[in-house]
Amino acid sequence: MNFSEVFKQSNQLCKVSPDGKYLATCVQYRLVVRDVSTLQILQLYTCLDQISHMDWASDSLFILCAMYKRGLVQVWSLEQPDWHCKIDEGSIGLLSSRWSPDGRHVLNTTEFHLRITVWSLCTKAVSYIKYPKACQKGIDFSRDGCYMALAERRDCKDYVSVFVCDDWHLLRHFETETQDLAGLEWSPNGCVLAVWDSCLEYKVLLYSLDGRLLSTYSAYEWSLGIKSVTWCPSSQFLAIGSYDEKVRILNHITWKKVTQFEHPATINNTKAVVYKEVERRPAVGSDDLSLHNITIGTTLFNTQSKYEICPLPVQLPVVKPDPDRANPKIGVSTLAFSSDSRYLATKNDNMASVVWVWDMQKMSLEAVLEQTSAVRCFQWDPQRPRLALCTGNTKLYLWSPAGCVSVQVPTEGGFQVQSLNWHCSGDSLILLGKEQLCLCYMDTDQEDKFFRTSVQVAGMFLF
Amino acid sequence: MPESSLVKDICSSSVECRTSPLRQFSQSPLPLHRKPYMLSTFCTENNVQECLSHISQEVSSLGLPPVWTESGSSEMNVVAVLNCMYDLIQLHHRGLRTLENMEVEQLKSSSNVNFLQLTSTRLKEQLEQSKRENMGLLERERQLQLKVKSLQNCLKNEKEEVQKLQNIISSRASQYNHEMKRKEREFNKLKERLNQLLVDKKEKKQAIDVLNSIGRADGKRSLWKTEKTEAKHEGEMYKTLLSDYDTRQRELLLENAELKKVLQQMKKDIVSILSSRKPLLKGDKHQDDGIQADSEEEEEVFDSSKERVELYCVHAREKLTNSIRLQWRRLKSHVERLDSQASLAQMGESKNTDAVSRETHEEEMDRLKLEIQQCKDFIQTQQQLLQQLSSPCDEETVSLLSDCYMLQEKERLREEWKTLEEQRKIFERERKNFTEAAIRLSHERKAFEEDRATWLKHQFLNLSPFADSKKPPMSKSKSAFLISETKVSAGSAPENLTRCPSNTTSSTPRCVPLTSPSTADLHRTLCLIQENSSTKPKRKAEHAGESSFFFNGNVPVQHKEWNDSEDHSRHTLTKEKNSSI
Repeated sequence: MNFSEVFKQSNQLCKVSPDGKYLATCVQYRLVVRDVSTLQILQLYTCLDQISHMDWASDSLFILCAMYKRGLVQVWSLEQPDWHCKIDEGSIGLLSSRWSPDGRHVLNTTEFHLRITVWSLCTKAVSYIKYPKACQKGIDFSRDGCYMALAERRDCKDYVSVFVCDDWHLLRHFETETQDLAGLEWSPNGCVLAVWDSCLEYKVLLYSLDGRLLSTYSAYEWSLGIKSVTWCPSSQFLAIGSYDEKVRILNHITWKKVTQFEHPATINNTKAVVYKEVERRPAVGSDDLSLHNITIGTTLFNTQSKYEICPLPVQLPVVKPDPDRANPKIGVSTLAFSSDSRYLATKNDNMASVVWVWDMQKMSLEAVLEQTSAVRCFQWDPQRPRLALCTGNTKLYLWSPAGCVSVQVPTEGGFQVQSLNWHCSGDSLILLGKEQLCLCYMDTDQEDKFFRTSVQVAGMFLF
Repeated sequence: MPESSLVKDICSSSVECRTSPLRQFSQSPLPLHRKPYMLSTFCTENNVQECLSHISQEVSSLGLPPVWTESGSSEMNVVAVLNCMYDLIQLHHRGLRTLENMEVEQLKSSSNVNFLQLTSTRLKEQLEQSKRENMGLLERERQLQLKVKSLQNCLKNEKEEVQKLQNIISSRASQYNHEMKRKEREFNKLKERLNQLLVDKKEKKQAIDVLNSIGRADGKRSLWKTEKTEAKHEGEMYKTLLSDYDTRQRELLLENAELKKVLQQMKKDIVSILSSRKPLLKGDKHQDDGIQADSEEEEEVFDSSKERVELYCVHAREKLTNSIRLQWRRLKSHVERLDSQASLAQMGESKNTDAVSRETHEEEMDRLKLEIQQCKDFIQTQQQLLQQLSSPCDEETVSLLSDCYMLQEKERLREEWKTLEEQRKIFERERKNFTEAAIRLSHERKAFEEDRATWLKHQFLNLSPFADSKKPPMSKSKSAFLISETKVSAGSAPENLTRCPSNTTSSTPRCVPLTSPSTADLHRTLCLIQENSSTKPKRKAEHAGESSFFFNGNVPVQHKEWNDSEDHSRHTLTKEKNSSI
């Protein structure tokens, strides 16, 4: 495992182009495009203000930079550096900006969700979509880029509009049986739309592409409901995480519950492996505490850690949420399927330092990773069943079916990993700190060996 | 005196009355006798008569025979008196005895009375206590009842409260809902107004500033929106939906086929198990004749179901499931019977044999049980899946799908492996051909060399006056050469062979199953080319060899040709190496 040098970034804006060749980072009002393999700067663009959002077009030819405070969007071309495009939303304000799947239209959501403005870069044409709903996930494009589903609110009722992205033709428009629609998501094959209600009611509705209601699912009533919904990449399963600390898996044939994964505080399941991160502070004797140690402060603060396999049963740390506050920190908030649909990783909010990995073939708990601090972010390798996670410290953690390892990020000045992103090839990882970023290259040849040997190896410094 | 006699009479009568039960009880048939000197103070000289009468009276009143008769003589009948006396004494004794008895009786009864009194007092005390307790309990009950009443009141109040609160909540909810809707409407109105204002406002409008507009990603020009495009969109949508359903159906078909295979296998197994049981059953007919009767039917059932596995219709499915259920039941009963037999045998054995054998038995039993459980599970899933044959609507399907894919994948890999193996064989054969050709070539070359040498020698000798006498040793050396040459070629061939696969594995270590067929193909094609190229020079060489025999004049030309062919062959060899690397 190798690490690149550290680069600056701001607002954690750093993205690899969809074709995997370029790395775009934002530093204040500058947009820097690097070659991923050499990390040399290819292009440097200067925007009008501090960039608050940046995104690649699907064909990796254009980059969109949004400055929400100024209501401005600037688009840059990689092929023609002197080409420029500036979209001004005027005094109406800008809330969010995104590319259409064809990479030739920019969709801007105005403030107060007044409307969505669709700007065409081909014809400079503007179209408006009225009544977009302000919710958790009100807009979703199908994986093939053909269709867009949009949640709408009219006359105090929820509607879903399905547009053809090609020419923004309204294909279907239907009312949904929701109290307060919270989100919608296309299945990866683009044939089923999952729509879920706000947390006050547990309700998932599944619509066919042609607007037919396929099924409705509700696990319980009178209690806080759905917290997160994710499709399995094979479209076979729909995972629903809820406030009752359970994940329910629906199948794609009957749309009924296949199984449910509970997140108990005590693990008795003998088939699951519990990895516990154990920190080892460098032993500092009283006589040893001299100037010598303080001068090498960076290493002093870098505590080493390793994973230990805990004998069952294991008691996990649980934080009781405050019942009087809204959006209590309880329930499954994050769900992620591995790229081969074999594993599901979950996080239960009242056990913030624990990541659960479930085997979707055996429908059982595979592994539990107990970290020393709260898990900030985890993401699956887009090519292999390998999970990377970070907890806001100087370490990177990796899980694979072969084992679990923690790696110290070998940078000066305490690089704290706040978030991470896999490169689409799965060969490298982008680690984002507060104002820095660094690339981590996986040793593809040694990978298996590495995982096998390093289960018991403490915090490794692999340069 | 009469008074006193009267008194005495009364007294005696009372005595008599008192003793009468006793006398009745102990009346003896003994005759009463007169007592001669009964009266000491009572009788005096002058009142003998009176006394006598009195006594006789008394005696008669006592039921004794009279002591004397007035009319008879004044003389007393001594015998009668004595008898009377004796009787009286007897009476007296008896009286005393009864008295004693009575006294004892009385004592007993008095003690009894005492006891009874004691018990009665105790009981009274108990009664008192229980009464008190009762009172206490009653009091408590009363209190509890009061409490219950108060609690009930409380409950009622609470219920009312809850009702009230619920009412409040619902009213509030409706109120808030209403309010929210109002707010939302207002909000919408405001949005609308804001929109309007923003549109009207001229100074800072929305704008796009593009240097030059870019082409569409697909390179096409955008089309006008017409009904045609709408129809096209619809069509495309339905196409995607249809293809999705298509793929899903295909998946299900595959899965079904797989399951059918498994089912058939299982049925076969069951049939074989049950048929092997049959003769055994006949042996111990006494166990249960019902099963015996069934077992005769079963063959028929199996056959009919076997045919219908292939069918899809509802009837067939029903029959199939029924037959499976039947078979399963039989298998179960069979196994259970075996189980009981085994346990019986075990019990019998445990008395005789040592613990080790029992342990092994137990292990065996456990293993069998496990197997049975597995079979059960398997059959259950089978049944469930069978039920889904027409209406593919169950949850377990999904879990099995993945397994199905795995199987599919495995099969695919196996096929690929087979083709690979075949290709490898072909390749090896070609290689062998080639090495053989090379060997032959070298032989021919050697022969040619020798021929040339002999020819030259011949020429030389012809020039010289000596005759040819050294031919036989030449031929010997030739044969020796031949052997060594073959050895060398044999040694080189395996080297190449072993090297080849190792190279392929090293070049594609990660995705062998995917890329190996293509590399194998590559090899084969290269080999083919090489085969062609290797056969060509061989032919040429043969030609050359022939020509050498025919045209003896132009040696250098032949030589050149040889070299050419050699180069050719070397070239192909290197080429081959390249291809393998």
